[in-house]
Amino acid sequence: MAAAAKQGGRPETAAPYAIELKRISKSFGPVQANKDIDLRVPRGTIHGIIGENGAGKSTLMSILYGFYKPDAGQILIDGQPITIADSQTAIRAGIGMVFQHFKLVQNFTVLENIILGAEDGALLRPSLSKARDVLKQLAQEYQLNVDPDETIDELSVGHQQRVEILKALYRQADILILDEPTGVLTPAEADHLFRILEGLKAEGKTIILITHKLREIMDITDNVSVMRRGQMVASVKTAETSPEELAELMVGRKVILNVEKAPAAPQAPVLEVRDLKLVDDEGVERLRGIGFDIRAGEILGIAGVSGNGQTQLLELLGGYPEKGATVSGSIRMNGQELDLTGTRSDARTRRERGIGHVPEDRQVEGLIMDFAAWENVAFGYHDQPEYQGGLLMDNARIKADAEKYFEDFDVRPRNTHLAARNFSGGNQQKIVVAREIERNPDLLLIGQPTRGVDIGAIEFIHRRIVELRDAGKAVLLVSVELDEILALSDRIAVMFDGRIMGERLPAETTTGELGLLMAGVTDTENHPASDGIPPEQNHVEDLPKEPR
Amino acid sequence: MDKMPKWADVILTPLISLVLAMAISALVILAIGESPTEALKTMVDGALGSSYGWGFTLYYTTNFIFTGLAVAVAYHASLFNIGGEGQAMLGGLGVALVALALPWPHWGIALPAAMIGAALFGALWALIPAWLQAKRGSHIVITTIMFNFIAAALLNYVLVNILRPVGSMDPASARFPEGAHLPSLADMAAGLGIEWGKNTPVNITFFIAMLACVLVWLLIWRTRLGYEIRAFGRSEPAARYAGINPVRIIVITMLISGALAGLMAINNVMGEAERLVLNAVEGAGFIGIAVALMGRNHPFGVFLAALLFGFLYQGGGELALWTSIPRELIVVIQALVILFTGALDNMVRMPLERIFLSMRKLGNG
Repeated sequence: MAAAAKQGGRPETAAPYAIELKRISKSFGPVQANKDIDLRVPRGTIHGIIGENGAGKSTLMSILYGFYKPDAGQILIDGQPITIADSQTAIRAGIGMVFQHFKLVQNFTVLENIILGAEDGALLRPSLSKARDVLKQLAQEYQLNVDPDETIDELSVGHQQRVEILKALYRQADILILDEPTGVLTPAEADHLFRILEGLKAEGKTIILITHKLREIMDITDNVSVMRRGQMVASVKTAETSPEELAELMVGRKVILNVEKAPAAPQAPVLEVRDLKLVDDEGVERLRGIGFDIRAGEILGIAGVSGNGQTQLLELLGGYPEKGATVSGSIRMNGQELDLTGTRSDARTRRERGIGHVPEDRQVEGLIMDFAAWENVAFGYHDQPEYQGGLLMDNARIKADAEKYFEDFDVRPRNTHLAARNFSGGNQQKIVVAREIERNPDLLLIGQPTRGVDIGAIEFIHRRIVELRDAGKAVLLVSVELDEILALSDRIAVMFDGRIMGERLPAETTTGELGLLMAGVTDTENHPASDGIPPEQNHVEDLPKEPR
Repeated sequence: MDKMPKWADVILTPLISLVLAMAISALVILAIGESPTEALKTMVDGALGSSYGWGFTLYYTTNFIFTGLAVAVAYHASLFNIGGEGQAMLGGLGVALVALALPWPHWGIALPAAMIGAALFGALWALIPAWLQAKRGSHIVITTIMFNFIAAALLNYVLVNILRPVGSMDPASARFPEGAHLPSLADMAAGLGIEWGKNTPVNITFFIAMLACVLVWLLIWRTRLGYEIRAFGRSEPAARYAGINPVRIIVITMLISGALAGLMAINNVMGEAERLVLNAVEGAGFIGIAVALMGRNHPFGVFLAALLFGFLYQGGGELALWTSIPRELIVVIQALVILFTGALDNMVRMPLERIFLSMRKLGNG
């Protein structure tokens, strides 16, 4: 079957589709990452797959490349059914994959990387010289110019990506899958990449482009498929659709969650953020001048596809920006300037200033999973005077608080001596939210409050957030769930690529409008925002560990 | 839900590992034509059969408690301190410098001073790897191993060129003054009118070691610092979220760990040799790793494991003395125990967990 897929000059009539997927399903434990996916990609076209993080795009492509075995469904390459057991089979079937995070050996040369895994014999010299010839030819054909003797760590990111493409072509790939290819490129590099892709298409190659950027889809694809929550919700010709329609399809219109809340009564500003910038240790700008106010008694919701700087914003406000990051700008809390660097910029000091923080990832940051629940109740507040009993900690006091929190937040099972990992996601989250809310912070930072949380707990946590607001506290809510943002927020700011694209009132906006802003399309003109070095996209995020 | 009851986790698993190690040892002894039962009898008699045997067993146990605790404390911060050997060597230097500095009038004064010297030198020797790990990301396993070699070379130099008394051909320090001699357990027993363990090296340090177990337990599970150490060890991102300073925790934990390893010198240098000799540590720093592994990094577990290794050391010595089993084979037996209780732990643990899970299912269904 592999041979059939690879032979050149196939009759045009035999198999109209380079790739055809029939009812592909894949679940990880209770999470259905892909459900009954149908996909048809005609040969010689560029096919876009678009969807939010966690929609299942990367899972689908991993199935195609043999990393995962589908639970059900069929894959046809050039009309031939095929079982892709591993990536070797995929390569033999003519599939090439360019990962978002390159799989290159940093201190090997371009040439060595290209033959890696495709050496023809025990000696390297013949393969290297053969590769050199092929490379020269490919470079001329597709404007894929790279110095074959340069080591990878000497190359720019754009050139490294070209090496990945060359690797696939060297293995005679007919079908090229690119996962968020522009995620790490500058605009100029992205344009060059698109010219390369056009060239490949002209040669009859089939290209699948995974992205969440509408601009790229509109610019370069022939067809586009939209994924949402593990399902393929639409497949259309690009020429017959619009960014608005795609945004709407991508985000989806779901039942608005029911949160009863009175209109906000905002008072004096609690948090004033001005021109906040953060450059991570790799030199990528994660925050590009963020500014907003949150007043006492209001909830500011930050919407956006994950990876557009929300995590960095929360961590920075919480007092623990990524190691090696450079930070500038100003944060004022209750009128007082907060330190952005030095020992007084840590999470401990932020808590002293009245900032509570429910982190986005409760299992990695918010809780110590092996600690008993009662020990977690003191986490972050373990140096508070009331928990100190001379030399030793006052564990009895902590346990008493834990009992109280469990009662107030109805945490189940009501056993504070169980390790945190033995609670369900919703109850774990209740422990974290209880710890942060019961301290009565002036400002609560809360990231993805209901990710992996069951319906009952969602309502409970939402009600608590609104209660905190009604008690005259400020809340910064970050969520990728647009429903949640719409249901809870008094104002909505949309983040894209480290910037705030605009602010909206929930009553005066639509999911469609927010979806466009989330995709980087500015409100004033209907064309894309300047697209610099775009956001981090961790493709692992597309494989949810728990239900969302 | 935990996979199996706690007693199965902390008692049954190591016990089965131990039995397996002994079974293989028995096969090896059979293979060289000796009787395993005789060998075991010799070991038990030699190590536990008399107050003389106990005197040596407990002496070794004391060494292993300190080095085991050193590894255990570091482990709670997710730091693998393999430098116990070097830290204990430097601790010996600290003890020697203190003991030789003054004509100590009474051991009651010399002991606290020597403890400070031992702990300080051990801690400082751990400080450099700790700093490199915290600030530069140099892996602590690599640096502590290297520091073992540096310590050995340093001690060699100091003993040969500085501490060696004029005219002596022996690369060792002068004898410590009379007032710096620690009472042995035999002396203490004699004070109570009991004759016990004459001419054995076990001394008052054994009680200090037990006290150290209690203090380490309090530190790890009852103090704020211990809370921060454990939190950092489980998840560094979480520690940063909670405002725990990773650099501070790494440095402080390693200082404590190094100090504990250094304190071993009170036992072997001040209590036994009463002068500083080359290679005084005799590998106890490395045994500490096995002790901590087997003791699940819990002070009480470390105590029990140290006792076991004390028995193996003394019993092994007896075996070499009274049978024709070569000394190398004793090392093999010790290695088998380390292999089964430490490295191959999961080989026993996982089938056990399955058994307990299926038993629970039966109980429920």
